[in-house]
Amino acid sequence: MEEIIQGFIEAVRLIASGDPGLVAIIVLSLRVSGIALLFSTMAGIPVGSLLGLSRFPGRKLVIALLYTGMGFPPVVVGLFVYLALSRNGPIGQIGWDALPALFTPGAMIVAQTIIAFPLVAGFTMAAVMGVDPNLRRQVRALGATRAQTVWTILSEARLGVVVSIIAGFGSIISEVGAVMLVGGNIEHRTRVLTTAIVLETRKGNFDLAMALGIILLALSFLANAAMLRLQGKTFDE
Amino acid sequence: MSEPIYQLDQVAKAYEGRQVLSIKHLAVQQGEILAVVGPSGAGKSTLLRLLNFLEPPSSGVIRFMGVRFGAAGSVPLSLRRRVTTVFQRPVLLNRNVQANVAYGLRLRRQQRGNALVEAALQQVGLEAMARQHARTLSGGEAQRVALARAMVLHPDVLLLDEPTANLDPYNVRLIEEIVCQLNREQSTTVVLVTHNVFQARRLAHRVMLLLEGQLIEVADTTTFFESPEDSRTRSFVCGELVY
Repeated sequence: MEEIIQGFIEAVRLIASGDPGLVAIIVLSLRVSGIALLFSTMAGIPVGSLLGLSRFPGRKLVIALLYTGMGFPPVVVGLFVYLALSRNGPIGQIGWDALPALFTPGAMIVAQTIIAFPLVAGFTMAAVMGVDPNLRRQVRALGATRAQTVWTILSEARLGVVVSIIAGFGSIISEVGAVMLVGGNIEHRTRVLTTAIVLETRKGNFDLAMALGIILLALSFLANAAMLRLQGKTFDE
Repeated sequence: MSEPIYQLDQVAKAYEGRQVLSIKHLAVQQGEILAVVGPSGAGKSTLLRLLNFLEPPSSGVIRFMGVRFGAAGSVPLSLRRRVTTVFQRPVLLNRNVQANVAYGLRLRRQQRGNALVEAALQQVGLEAMARQHARTLSGGEAQRVALARAMVLHPDVLLLDEPTANLDPYNVRLIEEIVCQLNREQSTTVVLVTHNVFQARRLAHRVMLLLEGQLIEVADTTTFFESPEDSRTRSFVCGELVY
């Protein structure tokens, strides 16, 4: 209990002091997870919509793979990305500067995109499939084009689609194993909130670790609240 | 009667090899109300889906406003938008009444939308509920919103699939009056699928009977009910179970 109270005090002190090291960690955490979420949303919503709205050979297999991906341990994703980006890996040996390298924020974004993608796509698919199937026929009967039909269904499923984005964000902002593996927790370069918490805990700085944890929770809460507001819903609904 | 708005020749529809509709010839006249009657599974709703171009026929030709459509090829959007359907169960968007009625206009990026929506809501007696959320409506109100949503588009053809099934007599009468008014004042062609032979008799200029996907008889309303040619029509009109 003592640590928790001290953690709160330390968190308030750290935030109030505007410690540049802490600000850099927060900014990097939000940047890495924000960009990864953007990529996974850009890929996940179309894929989820396609799986929810169309029927094609191999669809069930794709869905099974997606569900597997939803439960995939992030540290294993980190391991795959590590192997792929390492000097002898399939991507690392290409040697292009444009490709992300290990122990850079780019590698962390790749890992987090892969972690969030199945969640965004899977929950979007479920949300789209939850929309009344007769709506599609009704919308077409009112003269909608194919694109307008898909947009209308996504709009009707917006609650579920926002939930998919929130789930994706939650999975990566709080993730530690993959970013630790591919980022390396290098000070001023790849240190994010979760890896900093691990480090401070190992060093026995429980107050600081707790403070970072509280900041992480607060950021996560604020991001989710903002997304809910964007969706146009209040917490009462 | 003027030129047929629809002409169906040798039109058949099959799902997974099972034929559910087969019409050798049918002409729907411009500006008429044609009632389609028949027991469940007769192919009535399938016929409406073909007429709204929601599905292509498996074989045969549908001529709409002189343009020919078959099993292959898509229908141009401009023609498809001249037809709309009100289904038995109104599927409304998760928005307010006004947004639901305006939906089709927004799809068409049509100007003057608000005035048209207001007029349509007034016609169905729901102008006071414009801001109300669709999920708070009763079944009858929801069906009137669905009708307003179709009317506001001023379609050349209005397809009605059991629009008053499960509604109370007040809403049935209201919807029937609106449909007749649309047909009278805007010359909207109406194809009405109904189980209710009394409704068909009240509203339609012509009535057709479908049985197991086959067109048994089509005739003007008086002939259909009083002196039908086919014995199966006679049995159906008398309420005898023929299938």
